[in-house]
Amino acid sequence: MVKVLLWGSLRAHTDGQAEVELEAKSFKEVLDKLAEAYPGLRPQIERGVSMAIDGRIYREAWFTEIRPDSEVVVMPYMTGG
Amino acid sequence: MAFDAYQKREFKLVGTRVPRPDGIDKVTGRAMYGADPVAPGMLVGRILRSPHAHAKIVAIDTSEALALPGVKAVVTGADFVLPQDAFLADIGENAMAQGKSLYDGHAVAAVAAISAEVAKAALKKIKVTYEVLPHVTDVDAAMKAAAPVVREGLRLESVPDGAGGNVTHFCEFGHGDLAAGFAKADKIVERSFKTAATHQGYIEPHACLASVTADGKADLWCCTQGQFNVRWLCSELMGMEASQLRVTPSEIGGGFGGKTTVFIEPVALMLSKKAGRPVKIVMSRDEVFRATGPTVSTSIDVKIGMTKDGRITAGEAKLRYSGGAYQCMTVEMGGQAAFACYDLEAVRTQGWNVLTNRPKEAAYRAPGAPQAIYAVESVVDELCQEFGLDPIEVRIKNAAKKGTKSSYGPTFDDIGLMATLEAAKKHPHYTAPLKPGQARGVSCGFWFNFGGNTCVTLNVNTDGTVGVTEGNPDIGGSRASISLMAAEELGIPYEKVRTIVADTASLGFCDVTDGSRVTFAVGIATIRAARDAIKKMCGRAAKIWGIAEEAVEWREGAAHPAGPNAGKFPPMTLAEIAAVSFQTGGPIAGHHEVNADGAGVSFGVHLVDLEVDKETGATKIQRYTVFQDAGKAVHPDYVEGQMQGGAAQGIGWALNEEYIYGDDGRLQNAGFLDYRVPVASDLPPIEAVILEIPNPGHPYGVRGVGETSIVPPLAAISNGISRAVGKRLQQLPMSPPRVLKAIKSA
Amino acid sequence: MSITVSTSVNGDAVEFVCPPEETLLDALRNRLGLTGAKEGCGTGDCGACSVTLNGRLVCSCLVLAAEAEGQEIGTIEGLAQGDKLHPLQQAFIDHAALQCGVCTPGILVAADALLKQNPEPSDEEVRFWLAGNLCRCTGYDKIVRAVQAAAAEMRRA
Repeated sequence: MVKVLLWGSLRAHTDGQAEVELEAKSFKEVLDKLAEAYPGLRPQIERGVSMAIDGRIYREAWFTEIRPDSEVVVMPYMTGG
Repeated sequence: MAFDAYQKREFKLVGTRVPRPDGIDKVTGRAMYGADPVAPGMLVGRILRSPHAHAKIVAIDTSEALALPGVKAVVTGADFVLPQDAFLADIGENAMAQGKSLYDGHAVAAVAAISAEVAKAALKKIKVTYEVLPHVTDVDAAMKAAAPVVREGLRLESVPDGAGGNVTHFCEFGHGDLAAGFAKADKIVERSFKTAATHQGYIEPHACLASVTADGKADLWCCTQGQFNVRWLCSELMGMEASQLRVTPSEIGGGFGGKTTVFIEPVALMLSKKAGRPVKIVMSRDEVFRATGPTVSTSIDVKIGMTKDGRITAGEAKLRYSGGAYQCMTVEMGGQAAFACYDLEAVRTQGWNVLTNRPKEAAYRAPGAPQAIYAVESVVDELCQEFGLDPIEVRIKNAAKKGTKSSYGPTFDDIGLMATLEAAKKHPHYTAPLKPGQARGVSCGFWFNFGGNTCVTLNVNTDGTVGVTEGNPDIGGSRASISLMAAEELGIPYEKVRTIVADTASLGFCDVTDGSRVTFAVGIATIRAARDAIKKMCGRAAKIWGIAEEAVEWREGAAHPAGPNAGKFPPMTLAEIAAVSFQTGGPIAGHHEVNADGAGVSFGVHLVDLEVDKETGATKIQRYTVFQDAGKAVHPDYVEGQMQGGAAQGIGWALNEEYIYGDDGRLQNAGFLDYRVPVASDLPPIEAVILEIPNPGHPYGVRGVGETSIVPPLAAISNGISRAVGKRLQQLPMSPPRVLKAIKSA
Repeated sequence: MSITVSTSVNGDAVEFVCPPEETLLDALRNRLGLTGAKEGCGTGDCGACSVTLNGRLVCSCLVLAAEAEGQEIGTIEGLAQGDKLHPLQQAFIDHAALQCGVCTPGILVAADALLKQNPEPSDEEVRFWLAGNLCRCTGYDKIVRAVQAAAAEMRRA
């Protein structure tokens, strides 16, 4: 199991939880499991999200490995100028 | 991943100030920008724009325009079939209105004609019947329940029930117990701020030349920050296959985020398709202001609690951003960036995107961050004043550092904020005594930086020179930086490398030049492409020597037999291997394709000394110093250039620049005379102090440097002016009339 | 109605035909192929189209092409002597005084006009002289340094 931290407004779709636990070993698995467990998150996931894994922000990168003790933070899809 | 990891090394070329490869073209007037190319049989395209902030387009009669001799095509919204995807549909709708004018300047029709004169005359012959609708241009007014609704159907599932009809998106970030945090404070300050929309103000207006042929192939030459993005957007809007549209980027006359999307390009393509001839469209400055992508306009509430010894106990911000008449996610960036400089136990930011009858926001250097950080840094400064504390000491006391749980979630790795603050504290600027009437302002700033999709091909020529092909338009000297990294890795002189920016048919997909990503991500791809070429060159040397490939190593620009057992062969230089490449297996090239991550966040601190003329309210900037972490400055001149240029833009934002809308909803200052960007005599020398805290995610330690520098000036200057006049300013820009008002009310 | 204009550009005699309302900038760019001067605003606010008219610095977007009749026009394309760069051009490269480069031709023409009448300007004089030439990339710091370096070089020559 890995702990996944969600940004505040996503709590509306996770029964108020800011942190959820999932069985996932990669970026993609986290998103798939999130969408499965909390269908309310699906529209946001489909629009795109970033994910910080142990402090490093990934924008896509499905196969990025996640260890059980990884710090996983789901973030909005990042854009710049 | 370890491959990308930073390794400490001595650089021979990286970090030197070499001449840029495009320098001579640019100082002799030879460089080709967006408006410069011509094509045989080329027509002139012009766009008719709505004079109404909000209006239903009842009918468009183009018959008289089409009948005008010399007019070859007319286009309206009816010519475009918008994609299903909401993001793409919005871009298409912005390029050409679909049934409704959503802002003053919205494109409603376009013509292609044999000359500018005929095109202008044709625009006058197009009859548009409007039904004017109530409009709203102010973000706070648009939040209200009674406000006219700009567009229906854009509200996302993120918006809580009960929000006004113009709210399309809501977001919230943070951690910890706010109430408990505020309870620990000796003082809580709550303030509301407003920031005007500003424009990137690139000197080169958007320009493009489109040529669509009868068999459905098309070429597009344009000034853009991302030719591959232009290809994607335009092929979707034109219903073309990507392979049939080749986009070639010109030299780009500034972008700063404003050239990351399309405005005139799909219109030029559609005109060319209908006319069967090449069509060039060049925007006027008036069009650039009215109908490209300024920043969000914002209204922000900030509440911060502090103990009397300067420890921040809790921070909260409410951000209302308007990205114009379209869905816009920039408030998410502001919400995450607002408190990123601080190590906080309790922090919360909430953001709303609000529709107004303004043009569709485009990115502008660290989009969303300058506004939010301005508000936060203003309140931090006010608390420093309340307690009589040194503003840098307070920031040092609260600064985010390695191991800090950031306000947006992840834990920071090696970051440069503390080093930047320490550098500012001991710099002569900070210790210089202030002259009577002078005040000093301080602010921190932050930006995320990105990596992204990147391809590089590195060709080894038989004469020992190297060509690097990359796909990111060079906005501030990046070809020099890329050449430096290629030469460093290969071990050859900088002068032996030539880097070019390719069209979309010549290289794989590259993300836009944005997010301060180019030196970082193209750098990674270039270094890896060089290593790929090195591996191949070592292989050739191994064949020539008749030894195993593993027994060859590359150093100082040559293949060497590795170790005593490999045999005694004189080293073969790159040039020597290249010279016999046809005989040893064919041409040698390295390449690399990657979606790069690990860009590494960037922090900066700005110091400003200023004086306010109490009679006129005008502010004179007298001394300005920028401190920023570059990770590793590949070409220090252009790193300094980014730091100085961002600071100058921030100074303009702080003091003068703003979109001014009249009661009629029309933009009142669509020109450089009335939208006043800083001129040379407005500014002092801007000192740039580069710090180098290596980014663990780049082999040379590089971090992006392009965006952070626009963030701190807003609060640094506001803090200076507030101290100078004895009254906290809460609105940008701090133009003379506003400062005068503050002086009078102080 | 069209007008035939005979003029001199960078010392070369040229002739072109244009409508009476055409700007000198458009004639230079579209009729003579001299695209070094840029249109940044079309209203004389940005200086990207700077050229000289009988040695005087002007915004070519505010001059009618017909006004060039019998006059001498100087553009960025005439600043270098063959393949030898003008000291200002070299200094702009050496001091990294350009980023995107689109304002650079106008700034170089303006700076050349300054140094012709004031070979030893103060930083403040440089800044006020160039106040009509907008640069959005550099913050002007390196531009002022480059102009001063070129001025020093030219005084030595």
